[in-house]
Amino acid sequence: MVREILENTVDGILSGGVYALMAVGLTLIFGVLDIINVAQGILVITGAYLSYALSVHLHIGLFLGLLITIPAMFLLGMVIHLAFIRPLGGPERTSMSLLACFAVAIIIEGALYWIFGPNFVVLKASNASIRISGFYLTDIYLYAFALAVALVAAIYLLLYRTKFGRSVRATMQDQTAARLIGINVNRVATLTFGIGVAVTAAGGMAYGATSGGFNPNSGYDLISRLLAIVILGGLGSIGGALAAAVLMITIESVVDIWYPNWAIVVFYAALVLVLTFRPAGLFGRAAVRAQ
Amino acid sequence: MRPNGARFLTLAATAAATAALIAGCGSSSGTTTSSGSKSPILIGASLSLTGDFSADGQAYQKGYEFWAGQVNSHGGILGRKVELKILNDNSSPTQVVTNYQTLINIDHVALTFGPFSSLLTAPASAIAHRYGYAFVEGAGGAPIVFAQKLSNVFDVSLPVADELDPFSAWIKSLPASQRPATAAYPMADDPFATPQVQRTQSILQPLGIKTAYSKIFPEEVTAYKAPADDVAATKAQAVVLGSTDVPTVSSFMTAFEQQHYNPKIFIAAAGPDQGSAFTSAVGAANANGMMVPDAWYPGSRNALSQAMVKAYVAKYGGSASDINADIAEAYSVGEVVDQAVTHDNSLSNAKLISYLHSGVTLSSVQGPVRFNALGENLVSTAYIFQWQNGKFVQVLPVSAAGSVKILYPKPHWAS
Repeated sequence: MVREILENTVDGILSGGVYALMAVGLTLIFGVLDIINVAQGILVITGAYLSYALSVHLHIGLFLGLLITIPAMFLLGMVIHLAFIRPLGGPERTSMSLLACFAVAIIIEGALYWIFGPNFVVLKASNASIRISGFYLTDIYLYAFALAVALVAAIYLLLYRTKFGRSVRATMQDQTAARLIGINVNRVATLTFGIGVAVTAAGGMAYGATSGGFNPNSGYDLISRLLAIVILGGLGSIGGALAAAVLMITIESVVDIWYPNWAIVVFYAALVLVLTFRPAGLFGRAAVRAQ
Repeated sequence: MRPNGARFLTLAATAAATAALIAGCGSSSGTTTSSGSKSPILIGASLSLTGDFSADGQAYQKGYEFWAGQVNSHGGILGRKVELKILNDNSSPTQVVTNYQTLINIDHVALTFGPFSSLLTAPASAIAHRYGYAFVEGAGGAPIVFAQKLSNVFDVSLPVADELDPFSAWIKSLPASQRPATAAYPMADDPFATPQVQRTQSILQPLGIKTAYSKIFPEEVTAYKAPADDVAATKAQAVVLGSTDVPTVSSFMTAFEQQHYNPKIFIAAAGPDQGSAFTSAVGAANANGMMVPDAWYPGSRNALSQAMVKAYVAKYGGSASDINADIAEAYSVGEVVDQAVTHDNSLSNAKLISYLHSGVTLSSVQGPVRFNALGENLVSTAYIFQWQNGKFVQVLPVSAAGSVKILYPKPHWAS
């Protein structure tokens, strides 16, 4: 039993890395724009399909393909922001942006059905693994986890070690004040939305390579979990998304040993429990903005 | 500068119009039209063109449309062409109810065909029953559908609970020394998946085959890895997986391979029957030895099936192995309704229900069809199929015509 718990804990930590890759963009976008991007699930799937297309049609490896899919998703993110989000304004901007993101999700889903059809596809990743006391750790999960840590670190460096990062943080703290000191808030918002979606390309690749398959509908399976993760981590907190993803998926994985059908319930129960004592999440928004 | 509200309305209208346009590309309604002088027979169905069942739902749509095209090319039914009205239920048990109410009360369809999955057939058949419509369907064979005891339900396919019986019988026929010593029974939380696996467990366990794992897991692709790893940890010699689609099986196969675990027998309730959709997901080499129950496969010797396969390949191209069982199930629905309406010489649903309950044996690409009082197809035969070196072949029952030798134990994963 101890061995099983250990195995599922390691499994949960590594799978948490994959979820962190999918959730980081969501929390970044919320932190800067106050927008809950409900299209995040379908954007993850879009990233997965881009990797799939490169892999199947151009025989480009999954990780190498990120050099193409990340810029492509960055452009897609900027287009979405310019076309659907930026035109919104006024006191109801946040709620209207929810509807706009939902419309974006429906449009992208329809386009994916049209292009790829409804059949499930899989990203072929190597099943090479390393053995640790009778349990095999698969390379793809190890790489995905390493990628998650690296991307979170890169976003931290971008936010805290660059001029653009200062603009982003100023915008997060107070948009009006940011404008007064000469920051082009609209430009910052568009670029941040683009970066948030670009990171999702890596999440999509990792999801596609570690799941049993995906089709254009698969985004709906993801969005509720991703939202739970970023809320638990603290909306807007990049590191919080990583920590929450690892924590939630590990809890789910361990509960699965005894009660698979209850694992998902425990996942959300843990969220409720944590929020009862820390309403702003593990790394609450106020704390994030004060950083 | 226009007010924000006005700008949002413009934006929302544009988004909605674009969404409708693109969604329209992915779904459809009303396909086969007539040019004859008599008005066409309008047949309504709700299908999962999007959502969790979209892969199967769109295959069903193809099956219904292919049947309608074939019927119309031969003069239609009662001298009238057939026209389909298909609505998208987004795999939702709520939407499917709304759709059949719309089809019956707004569109005034003459006949109804069933949706995909038992989960949707159960509520949909109750609506059809309320309005006196016969409800012939091909994907609602789970006990929850028949437990309603509705007089209008007719499932042309094999009852779900019996699907794995030839597999259990084969295990039972093996000498004790050749039987697997242990078995795992992971099941998706779905009315299609659980009954047949639980029934198999109830047969194998008394044979002395120790149950190493028997749990129900959520039917979400995000939740498959952990139970798959748990099954791998048991090292059970046989795995009977209550799967509903390709991703379920693919997830388990991948996890097993990653854990260097290769059961001697691996049979899944659904997934391996999806032809090229399955092999492209798991790899043709890895598919070797995988088994699945069904009542139909493209190589069936049934003359109606062979004619359908030939016509299908002629129309859509590809090969016979590209045709999955959903298409044959949907096609069978049309065939049964066609024969009944032609016999009655009437579109009366009351007559149709009465005739289908009369004990008459009808023909379909899946084989003979005869209904009991609950609407189960009593004469459908269960087969077990297996992937062998890239070919999908019938292996059980051993004595059935067309069965080839079963590949046992299952070969090791290709990589």
